[in-house]
Amino acid sequence: MNIQPPNSSSIKSRFAVKFVQAMKRLSKRRGMGDRYKRYRATRAAARVSLAAAVGPERAWSRAVLRRIKKRRGLIGRTTTNPRRNLRGLVPGGKGMDYCSLLSETAHYITCLQAQVQVMQDMLHLSSP
Amino acid sequence: MSSRRGSASKLTEDEVNDLIFKLQASLPHESNSTSNKKRSASKILERTCIYIKKLQKEVDDLSDVLSKRLASGDINAADAELIATLLQL
Repeated sequence: MNIQPPNSSSIKSRFAVKFVQAMKRLSKRRGMGDRYKRYRATRAAARVSLAAAVGPERAWSRAVLRRIKKRRGLIGRTTTNPRRNLRGLVPGGKGMDYCSLLSETAHYITCLQAQVQVMQDMLHLSSP
Repeated sequence: MSSRRGSASKLTEDEVNDLIFKLQASLPHESNSTSNKKRSASKILERTCIYIKKLQKEVDDLSDVLSKRLASGDINAADAELIATLLQL
């Protein structure tokens, strides 16, 4: 079983590029006047960009990318439905054997940390 | 927390606990004096869930603030410089 830690800085760069590109596309999209719609779209872009930056090599990112392909809502599981267990928190967690779940969790956490750092940087950089 | 084990691989309890302790390395270190004490597996799992929820909420909150920048056009204005700076990570 692969317990390779992700290369944090390469994930950060790949995520940063994809997310900024997604935000640019969003800023040009019509119908973004609605504040809540903008928020949901941004949130979705963040999640998708992270999964895309990781690619298909991990089960959790594959699970996120599969949900997009099926056009199922990405939102609504983790924030509106507070989950107490790991399987509910890690994307694709329900279908994994326990050993994989633990490995995927460690990778997922590192990626979330990278995502938070990049988004914080974007915030500071884009302030007028 | 589900205690289901994979049917394909018969993991011993030691192997599972070993993986859980490795997970602990991903969590933020606690600064209190009990950090040297070996934590129980269930405690680590609990802390892991709490930490993941915290990170996911941070992403949501950051998305909220960044989405406001969409409207004001700030994202577009600085984007080339933004990407260049971010890629120096």
